[in-house]
Amino acid sequence: MAPLIEVRGLSFRYEDGTLALNGVDFRLEPGETVALLGPNGSGKTTFLLHLIGLLRGEGEIIVCGRPVRRENLDFVRRKVGVLFQDADEQLFMPTVLEDVAFGPLNQGLPPQEAQRVALETLAQVGMQGAAGRAPYHLSAGEKRRVALAGVLAMGPEILVLDEPTTFLDPPSQRHLLDVLRALPQSKLLATHDAAFARALAARAVFFEGGRVVDSGPVDEVARRRHWEV
Amino acid sequence: MHHVVLDRWSRGRSFIHARDARAKLAAVVALLVAIATVPPGRYEPVAAAWALVCLAAALARLPVWGLAWRAALVLPFSAVFAAMSWLSGDPARGAALAAKSYASAFAVIFLLSVTPFPELCRAAEWFRAPRMLILLMQFIYRYLFVISGEAQHMWLASHCRGGSRGARFRAAAGAVGVLFARSYQRAEGIQRAMFARGFRGRFETLAARRFGGADFAFLLGALLLIGAARAGGGWLWRR
Repeated sequence: MAPLIEVRGLSFRYEDGTLALNGVDFRLEPGETVALLGPNGSGKTTFLLHLIGLLRGEGEIIVCGRPVRRENLDFVRRKVGVLFQDADEQLFMPTVLEDVAFGPLNQGLPPQEAQRVALETLAQVGMQGAAGRAPYHLSAGEKRRVALAGVLAMGPEILVLDEPTTFLDPPSQRHLLDVLRALPQSKLLATHDAAFARALAARAVFFEGGRVVDSGPVDEVARRRHWEV
Repeated sequence: MHHVVLDRWSRGRSFIHARDARAKLAAVVALLVAIATVPPGRYEPVAAAWALVCLAAALARLPVWGLAWRAALVLPFSAVFAAMSWLSGDPARGAALAAKSYASAFAVIFLLSVTPFPELCRAAEWFRAPRMLILLMQFIYRYLFVISGEAQHMWLASHCRGGSRGARFRAAAGAVGVLFARSYQRAEGIQRAMFARGFRGRFETLAARRFGGADFAFLLGALLLIGAARAGGGWLWRR
């Protein structure tokens, strides 16, 4: 079976000269959840931004059979849903309902259909009661769930999660974990949290200095890289 | 964290809030034209137009004083030009400039307080306003929220670390630079999130656009009242 994501020799240098990615190879198979581990500045987030064409480096990225190029961006962004590290950046509409409906409306759904999808997705993450509220009045855990609803409302085949546990207290982390486990999509999870990675993913890839330096079962990678508190 | 209050007001529930954005936009544009065409030296039509908006604000259950002092933000700018007219020997024109700009600002703030901004932009688009202008307005509006949020974070951080009022004032110039750098960074993150969710240069809204009988009646009534305010004010002056 063809991989959902295939990355070959991806390199990227920021304008200030920092080499953020240096020849990364990666594959995500259907049904698989992979954790990206690694220290701050190792290139995890930069790598994720490449998957939906928000950054463009050298090398090849293929998502669901199509290369990530300008002409395929609509397709790629429909297939890959990204939950960003800072939920405040992801919630930019005046109400929760409008925010979750943003993606479906951009996909061309009529307003009533987009509203139905948004309400269903909010129910999926247990936030149906917040539809009329302003996003900036929500707690960190609620914001994260609403941001996830905004991503799920677009019906992606692959979920990309960038540090999803940031700012979350343990009960909110548990709740998020339960929600994520119930989702059928393949997932790619960038995190510092080895316990969270272990609870969600079977395989881990370790980034260091913009390169993949280790991969294998989460437990083994975490032990080899001393990635435990 | 508190944010722009007009946005909260615009999501209220009243007869005026419920009207189609196109009807409200057309009514306010007509009012602005009526105010702008009042000859210098005549204040009754301007006062009548202002009173009309006050009445509409009361009907929309908006705090009229809250609108009034927000509209006063325009006064420092118009006062400069009014003073220049005054000094050049035309005090009537100067006074008219200040009065008209205040009444116009009041009407625009009222419009923003009874119409969610995305709906207002859709209405402007329907009236064939240039798409690039609408997009710019939408981004500026959103980035005002970003800057306001960042400013509140910085204000909190500065107060947590004490410092005298004078020291805060001296630090203000540097803080403005940091504020814009932080806001720029935050805005980039928001832009990334928008593109990741399929944004293609147009903000769609959930509100289905239907121009019903009530909207037509509202617009007709508003135009008649604006006409009466304009003509009635002039008639009073002539007497």
